This record gives sequence, C-alpha cells and structure tokens, in this order.
Amino acid sequence: MSAAEVITKEEDSKTKVKQEKVHTWPNLVAKEFLCGLLFLVIIFFYSYYVDAPLRELANPGEPENPAKAPWYFLGLQEVLVYFDPWFAGVVLPMFIIFGLMLIPYIDTNPKGSGYYIFSERKFAITVFTFGFIYWYVLIIIGVYCRGPFWAWFWPWEQWTLDFPTPPPLWSPHWALGLLMLLAFFGGGMYYPTKRWRSWYQELGPVRYSITMFLLLVMIGTVVKSVLRLGLNMKYVLQTPWINI
Amino acid sequence: MIPDLKKVIELITGNEIWKSVFRHSYEDTPRNRVLQIVGNVWMHIHPPTVRKESLNISYTFCLGGLTFFIFLFETLTGILLMFYYTPDVNRAYADMIDLSNNAAPFGRLLRNTHRWAGHAMVITVCFHMLRVFLTGAYKSPRQFNWVVGVVLLVLTLLLSFTGYLLPWDQLGYWAITVGTNMAGATPFAGYQGPFADLFGFTIDNDIRFALLGGTSIQAPALLRAYVWHCIALPSLAGGLIMLHFWRVRKDGFSGQL
Ligand code: HEM
Repeated sequence: MSAAEVITKEEDSKTKVKQEKVHTWPNLVAKEFLCGLLFLVIIFFYSYYVDAPLRELANPGEPENPAKAPWYFLGLQEVLVYFDPWFAGVVLPMFIIFGLMLIPYIDTNPKGSGYYIFSERKFAITVFTFGFIYWYVLIIIGVYCRGPFWAWFWPWEQWTLDFPTPPPLWSPHWALGLLMLLAFFGGGMYYPTKRWRSWYQELGPVRYSITMFLLLVMIGTVVKSVLRLGLNMKYVLQTPWINI
Repeated sequence: MIPDLKKVIELITGNEIWKSVFRHSYEDTPRNRVLQIVGNVWMHIHPPTVRKESLNISYTFCLGGLTFFIFLFETLTGILLMFYYTPDVNRAYADMIDLSNNAAPFGRLLRNTHRWAGHAMVITVCFHMLRVFLTGAYKSPRQFNWVVGVVLLVLTLLLSFTGYLLPWDQLGYWAITVGTNMAGATPFAGYQGPFADLFGFTIDNDIRFALLGGTSIQAPALLRAYVWHCIALPSLAGGLIMLHFWRVRKDGFSGQL
C-alpha cells in the first residue's frame, strides 16, 4: 500500500465537494512524529549553546532598573507608559481575554471557514491581524527599546543614566476630556450605523455594540499612545477618582 | 548457523504473553492501520481516517499538535527538575547554580530545555490561535472550543509567569514584582486601584496579597508560585487540553480545502 493512498471518496451531501479520506496511520501520525522530532532537535541544539538566564540572587533592597516583566507581558508593561496600572494591567487584559472569547459569537459571517481567505472576511481579518501585530510591536519595543527608567533607547545605543529630562506632561480640563471621550465613543458607535447600515443590521444592536466597543478600545489605546508620544498628554480625562 | 528470522519472529510474537499485550499483528493491512489508531489508548484521540486536505502542513503548520507536544515535554522536564529543586528562599538559587554546573547529571541541559521550551510554547500557542483565526475555524460549530482555547492561552502565559520566580534571582524577582503590582491596581479589589476604599481593600487583604501570601515577595510567594506552577496550573491545563481535543473530534475538524 502506498503511503497516502486514498481509501474512500465520498461526496459531502451539503457542499457537493468530493472528500478523499486517507488512513491516519501512517499518514498523519508520521507528520506529527516528524514535527515533534524537529522540535526536539531545535530545542536541544539551542539549549546546548545558549544558557537560560540567571542573574544574581534576588535582593528585595536593590531594584533592577529597568525591571522588565517576561517578554510576553512587555506589551502590557509598555501600555503602562500610556495608561494607569488599573487600565494597562487589569482592565485592558480583561478586555483582550473576554474580547477574544466573544469573537466566535460576534462574527456571524458564515463564510471563510476551513481555508485561508481574505476577500470574504476583510473586516475580521484586518482587525484581528492588526491587534496581533500591535501586541508584538509593543513587545518588541519593550524588549529592545526600553532602558533604565523605561526611557527610550535604540537597540544599538548604550544605556546611560543621563538622558534629557522628558518634557512635562499636561492634561486637558476634565470637562474637555469628558467631551473628547464621549465624542470618540459616541461618534465611533454612531457613525458606522449610518455609513455601513447593512452591516449594522446584519449584526443587530447587541453584537454590533460589543464589536464596536472592543474595536474602539483598541483604536483608543493606539490614539492615546500617539497623544502621549506626540503631544505629551498625560491623561485624556483626569478626575480625583479615576484617570484615563 | 544463521537462525531463520521468520521462526524467531514467530517465536517472539506467537506466544500468549506477546499476544496479551499487543492486540493485533503489525502487518500493513487496511484493517491494521485502523486498529493502530482505535486500538491504542494514546493514538485514539485521532480519528482512524482523515481528509486528505487536512494533512497539508500549510493548513495547521502542526501548531496545535506542537503546543501539546511542548506541554508534554515541559511536564517531563519539569518533573525531573522537581526532583532537584527546593522552593525555599535559602536554597532555590543555589539549586539553580548547581543545576547549571551539572551537579546533577544533565542539569544544565535540563534547565535550559525547560526554560526555552516554555518560551517556545508561548509562541506556538499564539500562532496556533492566529492560524485558527485566519482559517475561520472558530465558526459554528466550533465556537466553544475557541473559548476553551482562549483559557488555555491564558493558562500557558500564567504557567510561564509563575515559573519565572522560581530561580529566585534578580530577573524573576523584579519581573514578578512588576506583574503582581498590577494586580494591586485592580479597580475595587486592589489596594492601589481606583475605588479600593469602597470595599475596604488594603495592602494586607487585596488581590495582590492573595497572590503573594504577604505584602511583599517573600518565602510564601515563592511557595505559592511553586504550587501554582507545578501542580495547580498544569492540572488545569491538562484537563482543558483533554476537553479541547475531545471537542476537536466532536465538532469535526475544519480543514476541508
Ligand atoms: C495549550 C494550548 C493549546 C493546545 C495544546 C491546542 C491543541 C490543539 C490541537 C492539537 C488542535 C488540532 C488541530 C491543530 O493542530 O491545529 C487544536 C484545534 C483547535 N484549537 Fe487549539 N490548542 C491550544 C490552544 C488554543 C487556543 C489559544 C485557541 C484559540 C483561541 C485554540 C482554538 C482551537 C480551535 C477552534 C481548534 C479547532 C480547529 C479546527 O477545527 O480547525 N486552541 N488545538
């Protein structure tokens, strides 16, 4: 018997697609085995030449500067530059986790399941891929471009402690800030219902609101980082209880 | 005198003991190919036959399978490390040095592979999610398995995170400081978060305190990280991976084209 000999050809009653089936053993199992083997070879080679990091004994009296979280959390640590910890470290991760969980329930587009395609699901793929890449861009910044006191250093620059004092930060009056937030979220929720009316109707108000809210939070995070880096704005909304 | 190979094989595989262990012969027949899967407790998470197209490496890039393989690899190397490592602030760091100096056989390789494979798992699980998204494999009827997947993603990150403190070096100590300080900023339930006074949360009763077993990272925090890392999180992840695989089978695998 040759390796990938087709054993049944049945027509799927729904899709009218000819389905050719082959034995899992050895066709799939062999590939899995090779995958695992390849992984083992790589990991042992790498581990033979590169040691896992180990610094000095932990010393609570002597903070590392910068103290960096593990690389996969550096995206969030980078967001700490732009937001207070309650948002960057708690609320945003919650939005990300629950937002991810909700994806299958808010994406009602039945097309594009089971194959790679862009044209049938432009919106979904654009948003998700953007978020995915953004997450890794922030991680790369956190790993390679942040030095003592979380100041910006290019990877080829020497870390030093005498860098120019960053310019002072400012925040708009709370009323103006509130107005800007309301305009951003209000306008952001409202405009697409007119501009892409059929899409809105397809989703219905609940799915639409969740989708747009999550999307606006993601865009808002980017906007805030631009406001901080470009205009030195500290908070959009500053109140005695909570700052955004 | 060369023994007749056929006779030797017949002698080994023809007796009652062999037959009681292996339920079928190894001759390459269609029947045996199926039995190889359904008659083997480790193999039967697979269906006996698969669609030819879902075999293409460029569909899954083997990422889910690889993630699972790394999970098993981490379990094995982790258990071996546990034989050596003591979660005690006075000993943990010295144990790491000993391992790196091969005080235990292959100690350095063991620690290095466990560490790097942990990083690799974070990467493969992220890209597994990306592939599932890009192939639309979360769509009906697989919505729930995507949710299970997201929980697994979080568990993978937490596994890696809790392991970070165990060497008890400056790197892990201050990384965990940064991470757990964020928990202290949780709205309502963290002592530095907005509205903390509303329910009377202070530094010695909030979420951060529960994670650390104290107000700063001391011996109790190391023990907690150790128990989460070696027992609680792997058990949770292991259980959910079973659920994940079972659902892949029940919902049907998405690859068709
Ligand atoms: C410890 C983590 C995980 C393990 C070990 C794992 C393992 C697997 C495996 C072996 C498969 C079979 C197909 C393949 O290899 O691609 C699979 C499918 C699947 N996984 Fe995961 N996975 C994990 C995390 C995730 C995550 C983070 C998500 C999404 C957020 C996810 C969603 C799915 C879905 C929806 C399927 C069905 C795909 C289809 O039918 O094409 N999994 N998983």
